[in-house]
Amino acid sequence: MNKKVTVYSTSTCPYCNKAKQFLKDNGVEFESIDVSVNQEKAQEMVDKSGQMGVPVLDIDNEIVVGFDKGRIKTALGL
Amino acid sequence: MSDIYDLIIIGAGPAGITAGVYAARKKMNLLIITKDIGGQAAWSGDVENYTGYQFITGPELAEKFEEHMRKYGIKVRDNEEAKDIRREGNLVIVKTDLDTYRARAVIVASGKRSRELGVEGEKEFKNKGVTFCATCDGPLFSGKEVAVIGGGNSALDAALQMMEISPKVYIINITSELTGDPIMIEKIKGSPRVEIWNNSRVKSIYGDSFVKGMKIEKEGKEYDLKVKGIFVEIGLIPNSEFASSLERNKGGEIVVDCYNHTNVEGIFSAGDVTNVPEKQIIIACGEGSKASLAAFKYLSTHRF
Repeated sequence: MNKKVTVYSTSTCPYCNKAKQFLKDNGVEFESIDVSVNQEKAQEMVDKSGQMGVPVLDIDNEIVVGFDKGRIKTALGL
Repeated sequence: MSDIYDLIIIGAGPAGITAGVYAARKKMNLLIITKDIGGQAAWSGDVENYTGYQFITGPELAEKFEEHMRKYGIKVRDNEEAKDIRREGNLVIVKTDLDTYRARAVIVASGKRSRELGVEGEKEFKNKGVTFCATCDGPLFSGKEVAVIGGGNSALDAALQMMEISPKVYIINITSELTGDPIMIEKIKGSPRVEIWNNSRVKSIYGDSFVKGMKIEKEGKEYDLKVKGIFVEIGLIPNSEFASSLERNKGGEIVVDCYNHTNVEGIFSAGDVTNVPEKQIIIACGEGSKASLAAFKYLSTHRF
């Protein structure tokens, strides 16, 4: 079963790139949103996560703040 | 208790990774223990003074370092933090938050981290308006009034970035003048959006779910600044608390000689965590290679 994964990031943040690379390495498809060019989505990220740091991952409505490998794996069932 | 390693390297920034590459080529039985990979290099903006690359971004350079390290199949314990290191008999014992390790030699290359203000509200509002990485989180404050704390190059860097996207950028600087590069100061002073507060310090940060403002003290008077974002850029402190068995200078940096020896036999140190002058990626790499070669010499001339 494929989970819906969204990554909120900025292009200049190293942990965002690491998180996306980790998903790619594990063959996980995801939508990548650059919140630095999309104000509406930036607000959506803040509303969902209650904070303003990137990256934020939305894995089937489970919100993971930061590149927290352990929680990402659990949420994806890897 | 684990095996006895020839060498344990603490940290995987430019110094630790370079030390690791040199040690791997000497076929040492090697372990790297680190909180993260890439260190401060991964957080740097544009790098234009690393020989061989006329231009590369910090994250890209850090990725190249990691690739180089992976090529040698070096054993890495990532997301693990050293808590204590000391010599016992002829071995060095490294305690982390997860385990205890033994080695014949250790290189401490744990780098530096952002200094915190230490004021009320700072911890509470971290990532809720207070940020230590303008490069990462800056764009989230587009259209909002913000403050940059500090007066050196990293503070000016943050201010330059934010004055493009914020209606108002306050610079809160504790000294009487900004201390960064003149070329940056000139640009900043030319922007009508920037307001510089010298001789000023942050007293506290307040808000509800997110930051709403902060209290500033300037020349004995208290002021209230309504800002949504606070970028703390007040310098760095060495990650050396766990190395209390080693000689450190007043600023907490580990004292080394020109062969990267610390005051304790078998323990070496390299990079930004040491008292070596000038904190630069290329210097950290050079120091890492030197420390590794010194450790190799130590191992081959001592009986264990």
